Amino acid sequence: MTAVIRRHALTAYAVLAFIYLLLPIAVVIVFSFNDPKGRFNYVWQGFTLENWINWDAVPGLRDAIVLSLEIALLSSIVATGLGTLIALALARYGFRGRGATNMLIFLPMSTPEIVLGASLLALFLNLHFATGFNTILIAHVMFNISYVVVTVKARLAGFDRHLEEAAMDLGANEWATFRKVTLPLIAPGILAGFLLAFALSVDDFVITYFNSGSEVTFPLFVWGAARIGAPPQVNVIGTAIFVIALAAMAANVLLQSRRARQEKGLV
Amino acid sequence: MLHRHRWLTPYLLLAPGLAWLAAFFLVPLGILAYQSLQSGTFDFGYQFSWELYNYWDALSRYKAHLIRSFVYAGLATVLALLVSYPLAYWIAFRGGRWKNFFLLAIIAPFFVTYLIRTLAWQNILADQGAVVGALRDLHILAPDGRLLATSTAVVAGITYNFLPFMALPLYVALEQIDERLIEAAQDLYASKTKAFLRVTLPLSLPGVFAGTLLTFIPAAGDFINAQLLGTPKQHMIGNVIQSKYLELIDYPAAAALSFVLMAAILIGVAAYSRALGTERLTG
Repeated sequence: MTAVIRRHALTAYAVLAFIYLLLPIAVVIVFSFNDPKGRFNYVWQGFTLENWINWDAVPGLRDAIVLSLEIALLSSIVATGLGTLIALALARYGFRGRGATNMLIFLPMSTPEIVLGASLLALFLNLHFATGFNTILIAHVMFNISYVVVTVKARLAGFDRHLEEAAMDLGANEWATFRKVTLPLIAPGILAGFLLAFALSVDDFVITYFNSGSEVTFPLFVWGAARIGAPPQVNVIGTAIFVIALAAMAANVLLQSRRARQEKGLV
Repeated sequence: MLHRHRWLTPYLLLAPGLAWLAAFFLVPLGILAYQSLQSGTFDFGYQFSWELYNYWDALSRYKAHLIRSFVYAGLATVLALLVSYPLAYWIAFRGGRWKNFFLLAIIAPFFVTYLIRTLAWQNILADQGAVVGALRDLHILAPDGRLLATSTAVVAGITYNFLPFMALPLYVALEQIDERLIEAAQDLYASKTKAFLRVTLPLSLPGVFAGTLLTFIPAAGDFINAQLLGTPKQHMIGNVIQSKYLELIDYPAAAALSFVLMAAILIGVAAYSRALGTERLTG
């Protein structure tokens, strides 16, 4: 009997925890359909599709989204390139300075964002380098490299090196082996690293806030809007980002389970 | 040709990425240290003068903010652990074939922009909102009692925002536990509670350790929750650094405070890993 109670108590606790986790998401989605009177989108006033149809009715919102996407795309391409090379070096080669390299990868992830943002601004101020698009880009590449390294390295760790040796035995040179064998096999890891970097870039506020100059990314736009009462269009964009990220995640899970089934079929 | 220089290959692969991190992470930290020892004013310029007084000044003037940051971050970390542990345990041992789905639900908050999910809490806790209304009706809150603009709101916001950082490592640690070990303990007449305390809990400690650090470090440096859910009375050290850098343009003080924050976190992490002990972690 006590076992039954304990079993259900745990399940009930888990359900409550899930409600706690998902409640704010529900609020964001529901209030994207609200028709607020006045400037605060706090109280439910009635259903409308107006905010979705006129999503860019708020001045500056569209530019902020475009800037965020540009920065995210460019910074994650660069970070994915640089991070993949580091991951390959760490997973494939023994070399002096491996410990220091691992440390340098780990440190940016364990430093508070505000210190990363403030120190980068200190650099730009001392060099008299005006903050703006370029400095946001530099900052985003910097904090994304480590995450790409970790993601790609994880894929390289579970990788059968005999496949590369077999290619070499069959007369492929190092470059051909890399292009024809290694790259296709670690491609899912590289894609995952790219998507993670993209998501982190779109979401970043603190580091961008310090290094943006007069440029306004989407999180900075939300920050500014929050001071005077964020319009429901902010919820619309928040909901859209949520749905897109969720769909990408679900697609990834489906793709991986299909791949796993295929690999099982081969064996 | 390529083979003769094989030892060079890893360094060539590392060079561009590490150069980026050196230029835009390490060098800036050095410049921050340099700036923290400058004296002068924005109008007349700053000079380097080994101004250690900046640190003394920062510590004595903003002691309250520093302490508040660590109290809030500590509370949020403990709360996140209390919420996540049973949840991660439930998913790991009772999740069945839906494990990945439940895992997705845990990280779902990350798919909503950080600022927007904090604004959602502003909405939930607002004076006109349903939660405050219900608590007032139940006389848990005074008729003019508030949730927004209180320490409770700030700690709740921090807990929510960093909870997935706690839950994921906990899940990974619990998921790896061989359930036969727990069964063996029970076969040897350990009660369920005892089996949990002597087998499951110790085996999950690496997850607790990782989750605690991943939650505490960003929480201690946060200023968004205090800004959006609190008042100046709830401001943390991050708020001070932010306003000194971007509004008051008092760079030396802001730089000194950043270093104090980093040093305090490092000392805290070192003390914590010592107290928990790597020996106990590896059994």
